[in-house]
Amino acid sequence: MRAVAERGPSLSAPSTSSAIDTPTITLAHGGGGRAMRGLIEGILLPAFHNPLLATLEDQARVPLAELAALGDRLAFTTDTYVVTPIEFPGGDIGKLAVCGTVNDLAVGGARPLFLSCGLVMEEGFPIAELIKIANSMGRAAREAGVAIVTGDTKVVERGAADRIFINTAGIGVIPAGVDLAATRARPGDAVIVNGTLGDHGIAILLARNELAFGADVVSDCRSLHGLIVAMRAVCADIRCLRDATRGGVATVLNEFAMSSQVGIRLREAALPLNEAVRAACELLGLDPLYLANEGKLVAIVPRLDAAAVVTAMRAHPAGRDAAIVGEVCAAPAGNVILSTAIGGDRVVDMLVGEQLPRIC
Amino acid sequence: MRFADEFRDPHKARVLVNEIARLAAPLAAARRRPLQIMEVCGGHTHTIFRYGLKTLLPEDSIEFVHGPGCPVCVLPMGRVDDCIALARNPAIIFTTFGDAMRVPGSQGSLLQAKANGADVRMVYSPLDALRIARLNPQREVVFFALGFETTMPSTALTVLQAQLEGIGNFSLFCNHITIIPTMQAILDSPDLRLDGFLGPGHVSMVIGNRPYDFIAERYRRPIVVAGFEPLDLLQSLWMVVKQLAEGRCEVENQYTRIVSETGNAAALAAVNRVFELREFFEWRGLGSIDQSGVRMREEFAALDAEIKFGVPNIKIADPASCQCGEVLKGVIKPRQCKVFGTACTPEKPLGALMVSSEGACSAYYQYGRIDVKDRRPTPTTPA
Repeated sequence: MRAVAERGPSLSAPSTSSAIDTPTITLAHGGGGRAMRGLIEGILLPAFHNPLLATLEDQARVPLAELAALGDRLAFTTDTYVVTPIEFPGGDIGKLAVCGTVNDLAVGGARPLFLSCGLVMEEGFPIAELIKIANSMGRAAREAGVAIVTGDTKVVERGAADRIFINTAGIGVIPAGVDLAATRARPGDAVIVNGTLGDHGIAILLARNELAFGADVVSDCRSLHGLIVAMRAVCADIRCLRDATRGGVATVLNEFAMSSQVGIRLREAALPLNEAVRAACELLGLDPLYLANEGKLVAIVPRLDAAAVVTAMRAHPAGRDAAIVGEVCAAPAGNVILSTAIGGDRVVDMLVGEQLPRIC
Repeated sequence: MRFADEFRDPHKARVLVNEIARLAAPLAAARRRPLQIMEVCGGHTHTIFRYGLKTLLPEDSIEFVHGPGCPVCVLPMGRVDDCIALARNPAIIFTTFGDAMRVPGSQGSLLQAKANGADVRMVYSPLDALRIARLNPQREVVFFALGFETTMPSTALTVLQAQLEGIGNFSLFCNHITIIPTMQAILDSPDLRLDGFLGPGHVSMVIGNRPYDFIAERYRRPIVVAGFEPLDLLQSLWMVVKQLAEGRCEVENQYTRIVSETGNAAALAAVNRVFELREFFEWRGLGSIDQSGVRMREEFAALDAEIKFGVPNIKIADPASCQCGEVLKGVIKPRQCKVFGTACTPEKPLGALMVSSEGACSAYYQYGRIDVKDRRPTPTTPA
């Protein structure tokens, strides 16, 4: 990433009003001149509207005292979003870019506060789509209670990027006493997920229109901060928390098992699955445990708190299908075992590369 | 979910497992080794591992031997190199099923070729490849046809459709293989120890049951054509063990909801129209097997990528350290191979059986590295 000092004109650069007079993005929109100022003032500032951005400096300035009042550690994260297609049932790349980074902060126990927004667009990208994406980002940010306070826009030649890429970095504050870590799972703890697995992965596959079948599957893309607050209210000692994005629940649990040097036993019959997702997985030979989610978390909590946590989760819109799906065991350390519905056992390993559909 | 959950009922599974154990115990005791039952098809291997069926069965009396029926696994390196040579041609869009993308040739895999700029696209059906050809009339679209009789009919129908529509920029790189000569090669192997077979369900859907008669008649081994759900496999295994217990050697059909005695006449007609047997075909791990592959008939030469692009037909010997052949014949278990889990892993497969999720070694590595039965976690008290 380029240093701040070298950065091109940013969202918060001083600007004068200028109309957006082309239907598509051109190299000029990233050139720092009038066209770019028009883009920022006409689209991004109104969509992200907030006082820190509105000061129009090269950087957002955050009073430290306000942060310190919320906790004793800063959480800082970044993620880049390159999804195809950019719009899908349940969301778009903009909503994803906000929720994904908010969730990366929230699963560390942080209260998410500020995001940056770096846009890389291919020339020829329709302005109308950018407006939709910017508004979607603004809406998702308001819903999550975060502000997009700084940003950057680049335009690259046609073919040098796939339509639009978005990077968001996020800052949050972790309250004193909150200690979530992948190393803290203990034998006897319960494994909880907040709902159906793999909805995002299958929604994206279907939205690509490459399959000869369709199904009503909506991405689960959403912010999880509120849900985590509700969980913490009934369980002060959540051990491990992570959002199960790429690599799915299986990958997160393997990370927990390795970091904590414990075994994790899942019950296949307890895994919440949307019927359409299950059917798509059966047809394509995919395993829902490895499918991507964008609004799902995996929590490890002390067994005695598990029922209360699930009840609290089910009362929250992001946790209606929450369930206890397994437990932590002493052995085999570092491994995840699935008790299959038919009564057998198998190892759920880390995935090698991408899941590829089977031939027959 | 209908049509799935009925075949995964743990109570019915328990009944079958108990019955298998009861019948198999004296047979294994008489042989002083477990009964060795080969599941021919990679789909069955997948089911066995995915549902943990091995952990349900008594290991001292039943042993699954994972057969050659994973088309991706038995693809020789030279054919992968041929694919990559085709894919590197800038005029060509190379289309393939997903799990063929990772198979290593001597110069890497199709996935690596794609990363290096080759236009390789994953499709779910050969008809998807034909659609790509229609949409890109200025490019040549090659479909990498592979698989046993299961996938042959859909490829054949795609070729006939391309001919009918006069689509000139579509062609087939044909690597289809046939199961019967391969099973015969395994049965002729001098170190054969197999007691019976679970027959390939989807291949049989096309070819029917009769082609297996020689296994029962000449080689005196029971074979039961099996479906792919866990209860299908357990019931089929029970049928094989029951034959052994009763001293019978027959071809039986467990998968009656899909497989008929004579197969699918329309599918067979399409296959025979488009394909003819090759004199021999090279298999990874098993070497050259007579009449085990098909090529396109001369009438379809214009749609045959091998002729159209002069495929180099590269011959490359399997790595010497690989023991895929012995694993395929059931002579050794994946774990007994010299390079299993060391030089050969799913991240860097050396042998074909490590490549696909249906390959015996990959399945062992992914699902069976830890003996979940031996090391079942002990109950613990709440923290």
